[in-house]
Amino acid sequence: MSDEAVLSAKGITRRYGERVAVREVSFEVRPGELVALIGPNGAGKTTLLSVLAGVQSADEGSVGGSAQGVGWVPQQPAIYTKLTVAENLALWARLERVADPRETVRRMLEQTDLADRADEQVGRLSGGNRQRVNIAVGLLSEPAALLLDEPSASLDPIQRGRLWQFIADLAAQGTSVVFSTHNVAEAERCARRVLVLHEGRLLFDDSPQALMQAAGGGAAGDKVDFEEGFVAFLQRAAGSERSAA
Amino acid sequence: MRWLLGKDLLILRRSRVLVAVLVVYPIAIALLIGLALSRSPGKPKVAIANLAAPGAAVELGGSKIEVGRYYSQLFSEVQPIKVKTREEAVQKVHSGEALAAVVIPANIAAKLSSVLSQGQLEVIYNGDALQQSVVQSKIQAAVAQANLALSVQIRKLAAQGINLLLQGGDLSRLGIAQSHLLGLEQAPSVLREAIAHQPPGHVRQELLRVQELADFAARNLNISKDVLATVGQPVQVHSTLVHGRRTPLDTFAVVVAVSISLMFVCVLLAAGGIALEREDNTLARLTRGLVSREGLVVEKLLLAGGCSLVLAFAMLAGIGAFVTLDWSRIGLWLAALVAGALAFGALGVAIGALTREVRAASLLAFLLSLPLAFLALVPAGAVAPALYNVIRAISAVFPFKAALQALDAAVNGAEPAIGGSLVHLLALTLLFSVLARIGLRRA
Repeated sequence: MSDEAVLSAKGITRRYGERVAVREVSFEVRPGELVALIGPNGAGKTTLLSVLAGVQSADEGSVGGSAQGVGWVPQQPAIYTKLTVAENLALWARLERVADPRETVRRMLEQTDLADRADEQVGRLSGGNRQRVNIAVGLLSEPAALLLDEPSASLDPIQRGRLWQFIADLAAQGTSVVFSTHNVAEAERCARRVLVLHEGRLLFDDSPQALMQAAGGGAAGDKVDFEEGFVAFLQRAAGSERSAA
Repeated sequence: MRWLLGKDLLILRRSRVLVAVLVVYPIAIALLIGLALSRSPGKPKVAIANLAAPGAAVELGGSKIEVGRYYSQLFSEVQPIKVKTREEAVQKVHSGEALAAVVIPANIAAKLSSVLSQGQLEVIYNGDALQQSVVQSKIQAAVAQANLALSVQIRKLAAQGINLLLQGGDLSRLGIAQSHLLGLEQAPSVLREAIAHQPPGHVRQELLRVQELADFAARNLNISKDVLATVGQPVQVHSTLVHGRRTPLDTFAVVVAVSISLMFVCVLLAAGGIALEREDNTLARLTRGLVSREGLVVEKLLLAGGCSLVLAFAMLAGIGAFVTLDWSRIGLWLAALVAGALAFGALGVAIGALTREVRAASLLAFLLSLPLAFLALVPAGAVAPALYNVIRAISAVFPFKAALQALDAAVNGAEPAIGGSLVHLLALTLLFSVLARIGLRRA
């Protein structure tokens, strides 16, 4: 497996009028990496993922990797509720211009464990199954990198467990996955790399363990909760910004 | 694009209520318009109490006009319920059996015969204001017609009298027992002969004055017949159409019905179609390189335009069963319908692009379309000139009026000519497509 970056952000800035949602963010994602994007509400996580996915354009900076090479799974399922699971997959496969839509649909149904629900209208599925279809659509073109915006937000614990197992399998097969989440414990558990975004700035880019050390825990050996460590890190970062100002 | 079109048609097929509404709506409108145009309005039930003696007649100049014949004119405009007394007539109105009652008094024939006083009818109304208004106008129109017929009769009798006076003749027709009356036209020659045998003097001078009077009277009485005709019917209506071609009311109603249906189906479908992409959150996914925003506008325009075109044409053909339409103009019908569908489709897509969900898009489409249709139907002169100019300006920037004019020109050959309206519609299609494209920038 090549170690060349499949997705890169170089100095991305995105503004909404006067407000700067994302400020000079740069990072790279390598094949098979599982990256969590965490940060408080309004930190710019969804905006950054939208820019990486090509849904929005950056005001400054650039994104490496083509839109076709990047799969995108928005927070709200972006699928047709009046179509069946198979019809949705077939339609999106054709729009993505995949070589063999029928075979791709069959493979995705198997991969997402939705074969027995193939003929059900999406509008009648549970939230968890809808999210699986949503992810399946993002994977139709076999992208090198998959971007997931809050993928577990509307799922129950069992569905969440299945989802993270599915994502881990994807990463194991070489697909790079970048996901945003509010649930920092999930990030610690599932990701091997954490990006901390605060007020549009990228404050941290390393492993969950490194984040704990940066927050003042872990290294001394005392048991600090990851969420507490994350909050402490943000407070320290905010304090430094205030004193710098 | 074809995959998206196929997807939308599949979704449409699965939205059974929506399809039912889209199919039933134009059929219902077509049937209603057709039935309304092919069946005359019902005659109101009116109780008639004719208190005049049977066979009572108005006597004018020795001629008789039967009261019964005179009022048959009234009965032809209503559904008469004959009663014998005024009380019975009032009771019929009170009970709701009749919307009104007309009481013809016993002395009507004597009053009309006297020529010195008017005959009077009593009309008793009931029902709501609208029904009263309908019955009242029907009875008034019928009385006006009957009065006109009577005045013509009186004029004829008066003309006969004047002719007798001018030309002379048998007076027994007027019930006067005299063999022959000398006419005014013969009087001057008789007088001239008498004057020729008269010696100069006072009597001759007086006879010459009488001859002058006879000459004058004969000349002026001759024109009095025309004067009587003018007094009997002072104003006659002569219609001249200065501009354009007269469109029969029934075929214009067809054009209005089809235009309104085309507008509602097309605008609602286009607005709902694009709003559904937002509601299902698919717009952002589509526009990240899979479909261009321009392509999406065109796809929704084709979907809404195509469906509404089929329905509007079916509706036009359906109404054709009730109203005679010129099928040789079918090419023009289609041109007008296609141009109208494109403009309405573009308006619908623009509405849909501005809203985030189907319900909001449908509501906005209704709220915008209904007043536009109403405004486009306001005729010149019905409102103040300044207000009419504002209405014209508003109607010009929305497709309904142009579509109505194009279809009226196509179906009825009405003015303005179809070419201008088609260009207008295509310009509006472009304008609203651009607005829709701008609205779609917000994914």
